[in-house]
Order: sequence, then C-alpha cells, then structure tokens
Amino acid sequence: MTRKLYGPFNRVEGDLEVEVEITNGKVSKAWVNSPLYRGFEQIMQGKSPLDALVYTPRICGICSVSQSIASAHALADAQGIEAEANGQLASNIILACENLADHLTHFYLFFMPDFAREVYQQQPWYQQVKSRFQAQVGTAATLMLKARAEFIHITGILAGKWPHSLSIQPGGTTTTASASDKVKLLAILMSFRQFLETQLFADRLENVSQIDSEDALNTWVEQHPQSDFSLFLKLANTLELHKLGVIKPQFMSNGAYGFDDGFLFPRGISSGHKKGITPLDSQLIREDLSHSWMLAQNQPAHPFQGITLPDPEQTEGYSWCKAPRYDGQVMEVGALARQIIAQHPLLVDLVAKNQSNVTTRIVARLLELARVLPEMESWCRQLKPNDPFCRQAEVPSSAEGQGLVEAARGSLGHWIQIEKGKISNYQIIAPTTWNFSPRDMNNNAGALEQALLDTSVGEAGNQAVAIQHIVRSFDPCMVCTVH
Amino acid sequence: MFNILWLQSGGCGGCSISLLNAESPDVMTCLKSADINLLWHPSLSEASMDEFVQLLDNILTDKIVIDALCLEGSVMQGPNGTGRFHMLAGTGKPMMTWLSELAEKANYTLAIGSCAAFGGITAAGNNPGEACGLQYDGKVEGGLLGKQWLSSTGFPVINVAGCPTHPDWVTNVLMQLASGELQHADLDELNRPRAYTDHLVHHGCARNEYYEYKASAETLGDIGCMMEHKGCLGTQARADCNIRPWNGAGSCLGGGYPCINCTAPEFEQTQLSFTETPKIAGIPVGLPTDMPKAWFVALASLSKAATPQRLRDNAIATKIVNPPGTKKEHE
Repeated sequence: MTRKLYGPFNRVEGDLEVEVEITNGKVSKAWVNSPLYRGFEQIMQGKSPLDALVYTPRICGICSVSQSIASAHALADAQGIEAEANGQLASNIILACENLADHLTHFYLFFMPDFAREVYQQQPWYQQVKSRFQAQVGTAATLMLKARAEFIHITGILAGKWPHSLSIQPGGTTTTASASDKVKLLAILMSFRQFLETQLFADRLENVSQIDSEDALNTWVEQHPQSDFSLFLKLANTLELHKLGVIKPQFMSNGAYGFDDGFLFPRGISSGHKKGITPLDSQLIREDLSHSWMLAQNQPAHPFQGITLPDPEQTEGYSWCKAPRYDGQVMEVGALARQIIAQHPLLVDLVAKNQSNVTTRIVARLLELARVLPEMESWCRQLKPNDPFCRQAEVPSSAEGQGLVEAARGSLGHWIQIEKGKISNYQIIAPTTWNFSPRDMNNNAGALEQALLDTSVGEAGNQAVAIQHIVRSFDPCMVCTVH
Repeated sequence: MFNILWLQSGGCGGCSISLLNAESPDVMTCLKSADINLLWHPSLSEASMDEFVQLLDNILTDKIVIDALCLEGSVMQGPNGTGRFHMLAGTGKPMMTWLSELAEKANYTLAIGSCAAFGGITAAGNNPGEACGLQYDGKVEGGLLGKQWLSSTGFPVINVAGCPTHPDWVTNVLMQLASGELQHADLDELNRPRAYTDHLVHHGCARNEYYEYKASAETLGDIGCMMEHKGCLGTQARADCNIRPWNGAGSCLGGGYPCINCTAPEFEQTQLSFTETPKIAGIPVGLPTDMPKAWFVALASLSKAATPQRLRDNAIATKIVNPPGTKKEHE
C-alpha cells in the first residue's frame, strides 16, 4: 500500500490536488483537495445587493454568465419579480452560448489532448488523434478557436462582452435586440452550426440528437467515421473508457434554460434508491463542513443558515471545499445529470448498461451541443424587438432569495439575504462543489473520490493518465468550487 | 524562441478564457507569428502533475530559461501571511513562494489582469484572502515583490490590467516583448501598457452625443449617458474598450451597463454601488480627471439647456424613439 499525491492538474479551471492510496496497483482511497480559497462569501457581506451582479460573475471566468444568472435569479426572488419574456430569451441565449462554448473548449482543448500522449503511441488511432488533438499543435485547436470566438460574438451583441458582463439583471437584460441584431445572431448561429456539422459530427445536429440507444450510436459511428465525435468513440471503445471513473447514478439538475412555462431540460433528482425522476426540493440541500478547512458548524446547514469562514486548523479538514449533500446523498451534476433527468434515450440506455463513467459524461456534453444550438435559433426568432427586455423593481431593504441555474458543469445555486438594504449573507454552491466535494460527517466520499476507486495506476502510481481522464471527464471548474 | 511560463493563482481564470477569444488571428497564430513558445499554460499545455513540477524545478535550477513569467490572479498571502490560501497542488509550497522564486528567473514578469497587478476583485471587501498584486497592493506600491523590484532586464512588473483583459492587450504586449520592441516609455505610471491606457473608455463611446448634452440615462438599459446617475466611470477609465471592440462588436457601454474602471487599482471598492453615481449637491463627484470642476458645471448647465428634444427622448428609452431627421430646406 502506497500513497501518491497528484497535482497540479492543468486543463481544468483552477488548481486541483488529488491524493490516493494505492493497493495492488489500484486506487483504494482518494481524497480530493481544492487548494485555493479566495472568500467571495466574505467579500459580499455588507455590499449593496445589486453589486452582487458585479462580484459574482468574477468568481469564474469560464462560468461567468452562469454566476450572473444565478445571482440575478436570487435577486429577482428577493424582489418578487419575474424577468420580461425578451429578457428571459436573451439571458438563455447568452447562457447557452457560454455553456456550449465551454463544452467545446472542454472537448477540444482540455480532454482530448491527453489521448495524444506518448503512452498511447501503439494504439491504431494514435497518429490521427495526435495530428488532430495534440496540445498546442493539433490541427483542431485553431479551427475550434476560430469557431468558438465567432460564436461568442453573440455575447458582444447581447451582453457587451464575455466573460464578466453586467447585462444580466433580475428583470431581464440591459441590452435589447433590434430586428437587425436578430438576423445577425441567426447568422452567427448558422456559422457555428456549420462548424459542428462539418467537424464535430459530420452530420446534421438534428440527426445526432435523435440517436436513441447504444446500438444506434454504434451504427452512427460506422456511418460517420470522419467526425471528431466518432474518433472519440472509437478510442473510448478500445480503451474501455466506459469502465473508467464509474459511479452509481445519483443525479441532480436545477433545470436548464428556464422560461415562465418551464425548462428546456427539467429540474429534478434521479437517485438510485428511488425509481424515476423525483422533484428537487432545495430545502433538502445541506453543506457539510466536517472535512473542510472551515469553521465547523454542529450540523450540516442549508445555505440560508450557512457560514463560510476559513479555518486551516480544522484537524479533519483536507480541502477548502465544503461537502454539499441532497437529502444526505452525494450527487453528480453536469450534462450527464441533465440529460438523464431529461430522460434522453441514448444516455438513459448508456447509464442503464454502464452507470456513470468517463464515456457517458463526454457523450452527454457533445449531445448537448447538438440539442441546444437549434433551441438557440428558435429563441432568437422569438425575440420581439419592440417589447421591453428588462423589468425594473426596487430591492427590498429586508428579504431573501434563491437563484438556481444550470451552468455547463451542472447545478449552481446562490442564496442571498438582505438586511437594512445590504447583503447580510450570501452563499454559493457551484457544480464542482458537488462533484469534487470532500467526505461528509458520515464519511461518504464525494463523487470524484468515488469515481477514482479501483482505477489501475500501477504500484507506484505512475500510470496516472487514467486518473487524468477521470478527473477531466467531469470538466471540473475549481475556481467555482471554492470561491 | 521566446519562452512563456503562465501561472494562475487567486483569480477566476477569466483572462485566459478571454485570451482564447483572440481573433484575426487566433491566439495560437499570434504567438506563432512572434516565435513565442508557451512553455506551459494552464489551459493549453499537455504537461500535468509531476511533468509540470519538474519543469518548475528545471527553471529554478537554470536548466530552462523563461523569457516571460505571466501571473493571472492575485497573490494569496493569507491567512496571516502564510500563503496557505493557495498551496500549489502537488508541491506543499505556497504559490506566493513559487512566484517570488520564479520572478527572479524571468527576463520579464507580467501581471495579467487587475488581480495579478493590484489585487483586484479578490481583494474586495475586507480582503479575506490577504490578496495583493505582484508589485502593488491596491494603489500602494509594493505587493509581493516590493517597490524597488526589477526583472533581470530592468523592467518592473508589467501590469496588463483589466477585468478581464482584452485578448489583444495581452497578445500585443507579449509579441512586442518577444520582438524586443517594448520600451520603458511604452508603460504608463502604473506600468500598464500605454498601447491601451493612453485612451479613455469614453473615447469612441456610442453615447458621446448624450454626454455632450448631458442627456442622461435614468435606469439601467436606457441609452443615455450613464455618468450622471448610473455610476459610469468611462470619462476617467484608462482603456480603449470603445475603440477596440470586445467579442466582435461589444463593450460594457454597448452592453447597456456602466464602465466600472476595471483597469484601475481598487476599482473593486465602491462608494455607493457600481451602478449609482455618488454626488455632492447634485453634482457627480467623479468628474473627468483633467477638467476644472467649475468649467464642467458651467458647460454642463449650458449644454443641458441646449439639449435637442431627440436626445431628451432617447436618453431615457431603451431604444431609439426619436431618430435624427433630415433638415428641411426652408428651415
């Protein structure tokens, strides 16, 4: 039995350290540490409530819009208002732009370059993967960066800039879209669609969305061998990535792309011990500090009772990250969780066969690229240039509010409390806080800590590339995790 | 070959994400054009874990030369000066210690973004993380490296401030350094590249006509000037945001919200709120820096009296309600 410390990981957002115990060449225990603490929850104390819209996006440069929207929703909840219809459309278009750009960045820049490592040079697909995906020199990066940058022009029109916009407000958006903006937005979406349909999928997005089983996916790969998606699936098959990073399915989603009449991908819980999809009751969310470098609370607390005060002397602590739990359960969040709760037949089939694993997490993200872009086109067409985009309302001097949203990486929640016109408490639970949490008071390991178990790393732990695949399959955002 | 080592500490990663937005050409092509080698970058490099720690050791033992050290995010000195708020993963060593050591090995050291330059957003409020910049702590010179510190080429820390930075600000200064063309005179009084800080955000603002006539926005989203009521600092802020577009054609002002002066030290501390203008006796306290106050007040009252109806109407609307007309010949 040996211990090995892994870190720093790159091609994740922020800094990450993983310690593992290795028994007979396999991971027998894992501890995940988020090594950076900044203190946003402390920073926001006493600030003017609407200034949360300036501070919170700056928690994270890659999930900036998600943070804005969670904050705007929490403020709107405190104000008791709903955003204007146009504002909802514009916010969802901006959010979808960030989320899809993040999925694309993850696949092309963060995840795939690991398969161009020398360790794989005997694989039949190696030369092809190396020439396309090798870090910094692969041909895909330049193509993808151009497509990504142009796609993000959507934020130039609807949000001023990205990251760190102040356009998203509780009542809608400060930007409006004219009739000429609408056609420009649709042209940008068409250009991005062309990139996805020629490079990533080599097929129509609508056809990809309709793949409804593992068998259908295998047939599709044979018919579309030139796509980057097929290249991934081929290497995933030979490396058996579906046997890597396996955890039992326990999924949560705050509901993605919300409108007055519901979500594109619904809110809910899919938990192993209850059948089907159950409603999410945010009152059942608790943050457990038993293994965090945080001033301890006697019992795990709901964010409205939550306190974030760092205490590096906590003897049981091994991370700045708290351990959020839903009804006491560890939850996995992200694209896979969203698509399972939305009951997409392909992911339902893949998870039924092999649970949650590296392959299913990647497939879910790419499927979202195919599913969401056509919705963005539809939302753009629904914009009504002559109607208002933002509802104005006063912030009450005393109130509280909750904002739940789905970032690219999963469920993000903000909880604001206002007293005497100032923020008295502000608590944030980010997607990777769920996925990369430390243990809780019952010693239940977090999702990544479970996913790493039984991974073959060799006696000395040097064959660590498998660890990297598992870690990156979650698309972690460490700057959100601890903020 | 110009070697760059890019590290992140107490920030959001947004300056790197913004860097990936570079266009015409993309960031990889920009760097290639100047023969820049990204020795390591957190979003772009293959090397991870032991491979990366070995690289740092090779730099400290002079086996590898770095031309530029870029830090993104503030230096985390807390708690109580220990640096424990950011221990570089896998090393058991505070990031601030790594930074002090590595800066001695770099020909140039750059702070990418306002966090690395001055502390930035991470230093807001009561600054729980004891965050500071590489050579500034807010407006005060010093920071991690100290007021007198110079790199081996005689340069102070080059502060590419902004929250986030525009991709061009970063690629341009790196390409100038790689070609040996950046001079001391190219930096302003806060060691920021004058290439963008010789401008004011006000320059090229699409709301300039409203400013001229003091036709002011009353609520966020109105298209009038946001200086009088909505906290806009564009007339003082040093950056070319309305000359050099963001994400195709954007800017904060274009997005319908005020400039918060994010290239300046201590922009994160506000008197009232980011979207509310502090006033004394009804007059905004933050007037253009180099304009005598009495003149400003006199001109403002004169121009307010002369404001065309078109601007009065449009200033408090979210889209043009009274478009410019063609002057009729008999008038």
